[in-house]
Amino acid sequence: MGRRRGRRAERRRLSATRPSDGRPPRGRRRPRRATLTAPVFDALSEKLQATLDDVRQRGTLTESDVNAAMREIRLALLEADVNFKVVKSFTNTVKERCLGADVLGQLNPGQQVVGIVHEELVSLLGGESIELEFSPRPPTVILMSGLQGSGKTTAVAKLAKHLKEEKGSSVALAACDVQRPAAVEQLRLVGEQAGATVYDRGTELPAVDVARWALDQAKQDGKDVLIVDTAGRLHVDAELMAELVAIRDAVRPQTVLLTVDAMTGQDAVNVAEQFSAAAGFDGVVMSKLDGDARGGAALSVKAVTGKPILFASTGEKLGDFQVFHPDRMAQRILGM
Amino acid sequence: TLFDTLDDETWERLEEALIMADVGAKATAEIVGRLETEATTGGMTDPAALQDRLTELLAEAARPTGDATIDLRHGPTVIMVCGVNGTGKTTSIGKLAHTLATQLGQKVVLGAADTFRAAAVEQLQIWGERAGVEVVAAVPGGASDPASVAFEAVRRGREAGADVVIVDTAGRLHTQLPLMEELAKVRRVIEKQLPGAPHEILLTVDSTTGQNGLRQAQEFSQAAPVTGIVLTKLDGSAKGGIAIAIAQELSIPVKLIGIGEALEDLRPFDADDFASALVRPDERDPLAAGPGAP
Ligand SMILES: Nc1nc2c(ncn2[C@@H]2O[C@H](COP(=O)(O)OP(=O)(O)OP(=O)(O)O)[C@@H](O)[C@H]2O)c(=O)[nH]1
Ligand SMILES: Nc1nc2c(ncn2[C@@H]2O[C@H](COP(=O)(O)OP(=O)(O)OP(=O)(O)O)[C@@H](O)[C@H]2O)c(=O)[nH]1
Ligand SMILES: [K+]
Ligand SMILES: [Mg+2]
Ligand SMILES: [Mg+2]
Repeated sequence: MGRRRGRRAERRRLSATRPSDGRPPRGRRRPRRATLTAPVFDALSEKLQATLDDVRQRGTLTESDVNAAMREIRLALLEADVNFKVVKSFTNTVKERCLGADVLGQLNPGQQVVGIVHEELVSLLGGESIELEFSPRPPTVILMSGLQGSGKTTAVAKLAKHLKEEKGSSVALAACDVQRPAAVEQLRLVGEQAGATVYDRGTELPAVDVARWALDQAKQDGKDVLIVDTAGRLHVDAELMAELVAIRDAVRPQTVLLTVDAMTGQDAVNVAEQFSAAAGFDGVVMSKLDGDARGGAALSVKAVTGKPILFASTGEKLGDFQVFHPDRMAQRILGM
Repeated sequence: TLFDTLDDETWERLEEALIMADVGAKATAEIVGRLETEATTGGMTDPAALQDRLTELLAEAARPTGDATIDLRHGPTVIMVCGVNGTGKTTSIGKLAHTLATQLGQKVVLGAADTFRAAAVEQLQIWGERAGVEVVAAVPGGASDPASVAFEAVRRGREAGADVVIVDTAGRLHTQLPLMEELAKVRRVIEKQLPGAPHEILLTVDSTTGQNGLRQAQEFSQAAPVTGIVLTKLDGSAKGGIAIAIAQELSIPVKLIGIGEALEDLRPFDADDFASALVRPDERDPLAAGPGAP
């Protein structure tokens, strides 16, 4: 809100979204500029442009200018489902940089600020990435975990296909979801499509026993990789989290993966923190990125756990699976 | 409560709580704005009164039409269930069939019109067995597209004198236009079999869903007019606040909630319970101690 609206409005975080007509908070709309280099940032750039409108005329960038810009950025990130607390610490980082940066000398301060936000997002989303680790003594075991319906079973089959095609690995899958109706049948079908061997015992044995048995089978059959599919579970379900730990301890995976639905909202950090605290995980598969969710969950999960996002799952077909690109994700989160 | 001290930060804390519950910036600003106005003009300062009024406002917002019932007086009542992938359609149908059959003594037929996902039919059949109701699926050699299965399920329901027919559909993202068109076709074909049907089109929304949930409800409603939301997976730590935004923007009420994976884990929606849970601090929040350090 403009300073004319007084202190009260100024301190409010979300005032800019008050039942509004979608106009920038300054009230004066600048003519649209056609010179933006990154078209996906148009809307945010434009809003920031309006916010930082008279900076260049005044010749000084005050803390209150930066605060106004941060308010827009905060709203954009919240709209993208980035966790509230992550947004807070993120905007603090960006603010420091903006205050230090030579934004004034720039032709377009709004764009400059967006540039800084983008850089910070990329560095936060990316950071140190890891390659899937392969055991010197095969099979390499990969354990898949996540909430109900997040896309684990699909991702297991996609990963099998990916490893088969990219690394020439012989892959087996372990059907350790004995919980959800027809989960075993589903894995059999998608596993077969992926060209992987599926080890299942129906639903006759506890998941941990199936896991142990499948590992023996994979050894006997000389498989390069064993991917273990597990039942969906809630991070607050102590019993099922204990089962996940038991499965992990039974198969000693090289890598534990967490599948996170790109549409997840503010709760993503709870989920990630608690999976991390219970069974731990080494990397994330972001699923359902083929939709139009901005995927702020990715940023949130990365920010609170520090674990890299390894793969993007982008459809229901087994080929819809890519290595994750932090840069694209940053654009997606900011794109308005 | 959120109102123990009433100062500048009170309203920020409240905004924070609602945002953290996925209510979204717009609906949050509206609700907080109303409460703040009422509090300042009405001189309301008592924490308990403020908390009550907040819960009331939230419950009102979640209850846009006043009516969240499912009318079962059709012969048969046809309920079509749709939603984004993995949100809980098939499971909710299993639970609903169980509730209708055991608690209300209704004769239920299920239609397995998810002909796409691996083992989706088997999954629904298992739920049908658990609930003790008939499941109509594509027969080998017969027409196997979703619309045909839905048509056949309704036909079978009429023939068998069922009270309720529930049609499961494949998960789809609201951005996939051909699949949304397919959903519209399923609805049309049901109507052709039984004029006036489907009487209910339920959209499952996963309560962990963020702001995208609003788009989901918008786009699904375009393809097939959604009459109610099933808010699933409320047994987790997510509060399902996007339902407020959906109710506010689109006037679609929540009708049912899912609170687990067992047969009994379906409940009618209670706006007051939902509203008080929305702003109840969650002691399981691992970030409660401070912001996550990136
Ligand atoms: N559009 C889209 N759908 C996906 C993607 N990944 C998975 N799905 C769909 O999401 C739904 C759930 O996927 P599953 O792989 O069964 O999820 P899960 O985590 O194994 O589910 P549970 O075992 O029940 O916990 C299915 O309809 C999948 O086809 C994706 O990247 N994009
Ligand atoms: N904890 C919990 N899990 C649920 C609830 N409802 C559904 N689930 C689980 O969520 C997962 C997905 O449920 P489904 O019923 O297969 O979802 P769907 O929408 O039919 O999925 P697709 O057909 O693949 O799009 C399964 O593992 C269910 O057991 C709920 O209320 N609580
Ligand atoms: K909950
Ligand atoms: Mg699964
Ligand atoms: Mg289903």
